[in-house]
Amino acid sequence: MTQEARELSYAIAIREAMGLAMEADPTVFLMGEDVGVYGGAFQVSGDLIDRFGPERVIETPIAELGGAGLCVGAAMNGMKPIFEIQFSDFATLALDQIVNQAAKARFMLGGEVSVPLVVRMPAGSGTGAAAQHSQSLEAWFAHVPGLKVVQPSTPYEAKGMLLAALEDPDPVMVFEHKLLYKMVGEVPEGYYTVPLDKAKVVREGKDLTIVASSIMVHKALEAAEKLTEEGLDIEVIDLRIARPMDKQTIIESVKKTSRLMCVHEAVKTLGIGAEISAMICESEAFDYLDAPIVRLGGTENPIPYNPELEKASVPQVPGIIEAARDLAKGVR
Amino acid sequence: MARNGHAADKGEVAANVPFVFQHYSRDELLDVLYKMYVIRRFEEGAENSYMRGLIHGTMHLSIGQEAVATGAIMTLQENDQIMSNHRGHGHCVAFGADVNRMFAEFFGKVTGYCKGRGGSMHIADFKSGNLGANGIVGGGIPIAVGAAFAVKSKKEEKVVLCFFGDGANNEGAFHEAVNMAALWKLPIVFLCENNGYGLSVSVARASSVPNISDRAKGYGIPGVTVDGNCVSDVAEAVSEAVERARSGEGPSIVECKTYRHRGHSKSDRNRYRTKEEIDDWIKNRDPIDRFEMELKQHGFGSDEVFEELRQRASATIDGAIEFAKNSESPSIADVSQYVYTEQAQ
Ligand SMILES: Cc1ncc(C[n+]2csc(CCOP(=O)(O)OP(=O)(O)O)c2C)c(N)n1
Repeated sequence: MTQEARELSYAIAIREAMGLAMEADPTVFLMGEDVGVYGGAFQVSGDLIDRFGPERVIETPIAELGGAGLCVGAAMNGMKPIFEIQFSDFATLALDQIVNQAAKARFMLGGEVSVPLVVRMPAGSGTGAAAQHSQSLEAWFAHVPGLKVVQPSTPYEAKGMLLAALEDPDPVMVFEHKLLYKMVGEVPEGYYTVPLDKAKVVREGKDLTIVASSIMVHKALEAAEKLTEEGLDIEVIDLRIARPMDKQTIIESVKKTSRLMCVHEAVKTLGIGAEISAMICESEAFDYLDAPIVRLGGTENPIPYNPELEKASVPQVPGIIEAARDLAKGVR
Repeated sequence: MARNGHAADKGEVAANVPFVFQHYSRDELLDVLYKMYVIRRFEEGAENSYMRGLIHGTMHLSIGQEAVATGAIMTLQENDQIMSNHRGHGHCVAFGADVNRMFAEFFGKVTGYCKGRGGSMHIADFKSGNLGANGIVGGGIPIAVGAAFAVKSKKEEKVVLCFFGDGANNEGAFHEAVNMAALWKLPIVFLCENNGYGLSVSVARASSVPNISDRAKGYGIPGVTVDGNCVSDVAEAVSEAVERARSGEGPSIVECKTYRHRGHSKSDRNRYRTKEEIDDWIKNRDPIDRFEMELKQHGFGSDEVFEELRQRASATIDGAIEFAKNSESPSIADVSQYVYTEQAQ
């Protein structure tokens, strides 16, 4: 298949992936609130209702737990559901089905059943939607064996990772950052997948490593670019997948740069940065470290409504620059 | 009167005189009209501030639903409590909230009800008995039941009036909560503000029963459906449910059928409903027009009186917007304040 690249938005790349999957496989369906004529709260499903009809693009009542459970049951019985939760915050209403049922069914039943479920969710802050519509909860789910947790950072990843998630026989939670939906980037035509076990070095450098996820990848890249003026050569890794984590890519990078910083939007304490940091301390890369590992994450509070406080609650480019500068100077 | 269920069984005294005209004075009713004007001006002011880029974030306007908030809340007594939802500005205003502090919250200022932390979707005022809006559809319903449980445990006289939308009635939280309230005969009224749609999905496409009040049967409690654009019908049904709750007989569901004139949040493209439908509700079934007409019919007001009230409402809202603009923003250093209770040392 020829794979010519064009520019697509992140939202449309996701829609394209869903369309391709539904064309190729009649067991794939999309279910969620307002995914039909409305086109999805963030206009991701768009015209899929016109293309595939209401039997495959199914609007649910406002019922996250019931909808999730229905998808789990359908997945266990030969279907491949894509369940869109309107905001990732509302996954909390569906936790029983995701955490107690989908994640564990295969294990508890001795491998007799699999749950090829994909849950797609807009996540993150930056839209002034306040504390119950702005969270980054990926670490919660990444703590649950049985789930896979992915955070695409570009239109390319968004499409390829969703198609990979649909090929995967196990439940995959996809966290889509709301502020990325309008981001435009190169996306190959046709079918391709981005494997769900590999982080990606998005910028090579030798002075220090920043491991970032989702929208923070772009902020880290911007910071790295600015710091070239000060002679710093920063490597940026897009984590892409929180579980299963690609340890090797991070270890190799740290062995090269000897300095590590983790940046994520989710609250810092007990976040994915803590896991990365601990993982490096347990690995052969530990001996290569020239300075303590630095973590940047959300401040220890729910996301506030006031726009200035909202910005102050998650890492921003100036903060990353400052922390990277200090880290580059830091000694063990 | 467009309603069904138990309320209709009670032989009405003066069938032609609507409930509120039998039980409320002219001044009280003009105050209800004034509150309707304030709600509408508030929403228009909010919409306008958003369009002009003065505020960010999301908001849900209740233009067209003013008779539900005012008609229901006018039946409450001093200490009663309300639980609101994401479309809650009207509930706040009808409950007597200070519009200055509401607008200040919108503008994210420290003088706002939540000191700028909550925004439109989270306005609450516990001191006055307003248990607050909620960003989670259905999230407030069990909490309202908890408030009613506290009332009963403390042997208080209060009643909790719990607003929720037609969309919320399909959440598990609704069903679990109503069952417990009915089981334990808690002093609560479940008021479904049925504006026809939960975001883009109509009631017919989301609920297995034609009327949300039909759900009441499943819990062994009364359920009625009334015209939610008629202040008097709303007040009559709610006052009966409130009385029942106060006398220890337990909860009821009152469904008020109404319509939201604006899009779901901020604006939307209305792809899920027709222009004809929207225009019909705006032109022919506006709750404020209707209440004005009824007031006139009963000799309780005139165009001049109404105009004066409108002017007063506009001035109040203009003042509130000025107050909000001129208020202080929270300090960034305080970003993690209020997460936990600051213990007195
Ligand atoms: C648990 C949850 N699911 C979905 C949403 C997104 N959402 C916000 S309001 C709304 C529609 C609610 O409909 P309804 O209860 O009828 O109230 P209305 O908006 O019509 O006033 C939806 C789907 C949410 N905020 N919370």
